[in-house]
Amino acid sequence: MSHGSRLWLRTLWVAALFVLWVGPASAAEPVTVWHAYRGDEEAALQRALAEFRDAARSRGEDVKISTLAIPYDAFASKISAAVPLGDGPHVFIDSHERLGDYRKREVVAPVGDALEAEAFLPAALDAVTLDAQVYAVPLNLKSLALYVNTDLVGVPDNFEAIVASADSLPSGVYALAYEAMNPYAHAPLLHAFGGTMLGEDDSFGMVGPQAEASVAFALSLVESEVVPSDADGALVTNLFRSGKAAYAMSGPWLASDLEGGVPYQVVPLPPLAQTGRPLAPFLTIEAVMLSPKGAASSIARDLVRHLAGKDAASDRQRSARIPSARIDVPSSDALLTAFTTQATTAVPMPTSAAMRSTWEPARQALRKILRGQKEPEPALVEAQRRFRDVRRPPPPPASPWPAIVLAALSLIGALVWVTRARRANQGPTFRQSVHAYRYLVHAIVAVGVLVILPLSVGAGTSLFAGPSTDMHYVGLGNFVEILTARGGELLGSGSFYLVLLVTLLWTVVNVVFHLGIGLAVGLLLSRPVLKMKAVYRVLLIVPWAVPNYVTALAWKGMFHRQFGAVTGVINATNDLLGTSLEPISWFAQFSTAFTANVATNVWLGFPFMMVVTIGALTSVPKDVLEAAEVDGASRWQRLTRVTLPIIRPTLMPAVTLGAIWTFNMFNVVFLVSGGDPDSSTDILVSDAYRWAFTREAQYGYAAAYAVLIFLLLFFGTKILDRWKARWSGSGRGEASE
Amino acid sequence: MTRAAKLESALVHVVLIGAVIFALYPVLWVVALALSGTPSPEPHAIPIPSEPTLEHFEAVATASRVTPEGETIWLFGRQLLNSLIVSTATAAVGVLIAIPAAYALARFEFAGKQAGTRSLLATQMFPAVASAIPLYLVLDAVGLLNSRTGLVLCYASTSVPFAIFQLRAAFESIPIDLEEAAMVDGATQFQAFVKVVLPIARPAIAVTTLFAFMSAYNEFILAATFLDDESMFTLPVMLQRFIGEYDAQWEKFAAGAIIVSIPVMALFYYVQRHLVAGLASGGVKG
Repeated sequence: MSHGSRLWLRTLWVAALFVLWVGPASAAEPVTVWHAYRGDEEAALQRALAEFRDAARSRGEDVKISTLAIPYDAFASKISAAVPLGDGPHVFIDSHERLGDYRKREVVAPVGDALEAEAFLPAALDAVTLDAQVYAVPLNLKSLALYVNTDLVGVPDNFEAIVASADSLPSGVYALAYEAMNPYAHAPLLHAFGGTMLGEDDSFGMVGPQAEASVAFALSLVESEVVPSDADGALVTNLFRSGKAAYAMSGPWLASDLEGGVPYQVVPLPPLAQTGRPLAPFLTIEAVMLSPKGAASSIARDLVRHLAGKDAASDRQRSARIPSARIDVPSSDALLTAFTTQATTAVPMPTSAAMRSTWEPARQALRKILRGQKEPEPALVEAQRRFRDVRRPPPPPASPWPAIVLAALSLIGALVWVTRARRANQGPTFRQSVHAYRYLVHAIVAVGVLVILPLSVGAGTSLFAGPSTDMHYVGLGNFVEILTARGGELLGSGSFYLVLLVTLLWTVVNVVFHLGIGLAVGLLLSRPVLKMKAVYRVLLIVPWAVPNYVTALAWKGMFHRQFGAVTGVINATNDLLGTSLEPISWFAQFSTAFTANVATNVWLGFPFMMVVTIGALTSVPKDVLEAAEVDGASRWQRLTRVTLPIIRPTLMPAVTLGAIWTFNMFNVVFLVSGGDPDSSTDILVSDAYRWAFTREAQYGYAAAYAVLIFLLLFFGTKILDRWKARWSGSGRGEASE
Repeated sequence: MTRAAKLESALVHVVLIGAVIFALYPVLWVVALALSGTPSPEPHAIPIPSEPTLEHFEAVATASRVTPEGETIWLFGRQLLNSLIVSTATAAVGVLIAIPAAYALARFEFAGKQAGTRSLLATQMFPAVASAIPLYLVLDAVGLLNSRTGLVLCYASTSVPFAIFQLRAAFESIPIDLEEAAMVDGATQFQAFVKVVLPIARPAIAVTTLFAFMSAYNEFILAATFLDDESMFTLPVMLQRFIGEYDAQWEKFAAGAIIVSIPVMALFYYVQRHLVAGLASGGVKG
């Protein structure tokens, strides 16, 4: 949105407020605090807030504070959406590496007097300083370090000692657990080989010989089973807690999950002997930030000063056991000392906005390499290309005049068309229609405001580009970029055409299965002699009744390689039949990930087709079937020549509807495979979502995708209708529409 | 029964039981997970909870929070109430707006009917995810961003067109003779509509209401984007928080999922006897 339209929205908002202004003047607006904390950290935050409130009360001031916990994954996008509109929090807690991005979007403002001078570690203060302005107040230090299971192994001198320990461990115990496919966890190795994540001038750093050497080394760890291949954070915790990993590379958050578990010790990451460099993890400064509205409020600034103050910091460090960024809060135990020591060798995460765009390509590349699907060099070069794709500059501003002229011309055209149609006297006139409009007027208003207006705004957005605070008109620039695959190969990974092919495949496969299973089960359930018909029917529509995001997440869990039920079924089959099927990493390759998505969506969608079939079958007259039987038609003939042709007109619209739903089935793709591997299972809708919310918030680009989806469906269903008309013209029955 | 017929009947039951297992297995898996006391690192084929316990249900259902004013609010209760209010209001708004409009589309000829129907159908092809941002701006402009009303208005934007299509087909399938008979007896068209057509269309209306309710009750992307206050959250948003990328609490998610699913499943079974009739007459035409 341009500045002008934001102003316009604001005016409307003020007007609406003025109209709605009936209540008494409320007390001072509460200070809002957003965070992503849970458990001990959240409790410590609440205590600090309560102290601040009590202190204010004892001075006779009434301070209201309201807090909101947001899941970490959703935090940045929610903040970036709310704050530029003047909504959102005064104060929020986030990692310092997002500051570059936040500053670009005007989400943060300099902290001013909220910063207590000379109270923080210089490294921490450097990390939150951009162009000599301090944009956040440091709270805690977060980095990875080495957890050692002291029952199994000792503190290693170098990383090679960890690898060597694998030989002396009992079978089933990994030497080291870390999230090998997560670039954040890979960073220590990358740094040890002399590589970087973000190169000079905000270029992609994870390419070249050093990066290749680091991933080749990681691959050797996975191949020799020193390290589990598919570990996520939960699995690292599980393995280390249950004694199935001798070492773990993890952050301070792991400690809280280890209480009452194995005996352990935490030490800084050791050096890598072959290069002589330390395994330097990234250092993240968790910091408290002020939105522009918060920075303008003296209470909010006071609150920030209090949250970062000595008392709150000591409490936080004591209860949540995460090292403080202050110099005057001494580490109280060995765990904290280890992390504080680690902070001195760690690499502060770059704050550049480009940093955020390195993770997704790097993660995709790591996955491909560690799963043996691609050699390190081409995979990393591809990651670099993807990074450039996302970071590419928006299309240049275009002159709005062609569009204005075009709009004017089409308006004139429409007027001419309407008057001609009037003259030709097609259909009833306005006057004859008045009684019908009485039934329609509220629906027209509702649809206009609720449906047409947002869609028009959405479609209009596709003509703009740039960050939401500074959008400019680019005409059809976004469409040109999408349809030319951003200058890459037309069927290269992530291109519009490839995603379209996947989407079509997805739609066809799903509709075939929905129709096949639904029809078969529906036909069986309609057998007149079947017993327990009602019981079967009730049980078989269960998948329809369960909320579909619950279904999607449950299936994702079932396909989990380590603890999923599907692996359980495979193991049970092996035990029973003596076969040796391997558990499958479902989301490692396109074919299996796609299968997992399809299985979920088939489960979700077949009851609908089943019910439609049952309904359609009630309209098949018995005497026709009996007549066919008398004429000697076999069962199969009766089914294909009589029953199916009769129910086809009822089924066809359901198939069309099912196809549209499937084409846009965001929940399943997003929640089950999440596009894995390498965005290859993404369909158009989920790809559009990614452009809007995870790839630098390119709203205009995402809107252009949405418009393309709309056009595809619109003309697709038109063509289908034509076919349908032709079929029913030659066959029996009428097209329903 | 002949032997062949017996064999065939047995075969049919085998196929159906296979389908039932396919339909119920994931549900049972979620139930087993919700009841498990310890997370089991070993996968099991048969969903049996390890160390059965109800603690996850208790933890989810008793979630509460202390407000800045110092009072304790029962967060879960609030969120359940939010979900029910928002979904009921969405269903009511959608169906009430749609009924007369659908009737007009089914019975009257008027200028702009075809174009209107077509463009209404076309709006359903615009992916909902993509309209989240414009909706956000519109709601922000009218100050309804963090409110149940705002959410209802958003959800109504899909439930109204859907209900119109569903009900139009249902009204079309009702023979016009019935209304004509009523009008011969002196009823106005509106009276015939209310007293004759609506009672006959009850199954279709029930099914339409159910779908509108379910779509609102199950939605989480818009709710997660628009709501900024825990006591305003709907249940799906609460559930989503259990499975963040960095620490998934699968057992709590499973327990929450079951609690969330129960009301909508109960409603579904209450209405399901109408499902076949309601869908056959309406719904899928469009």
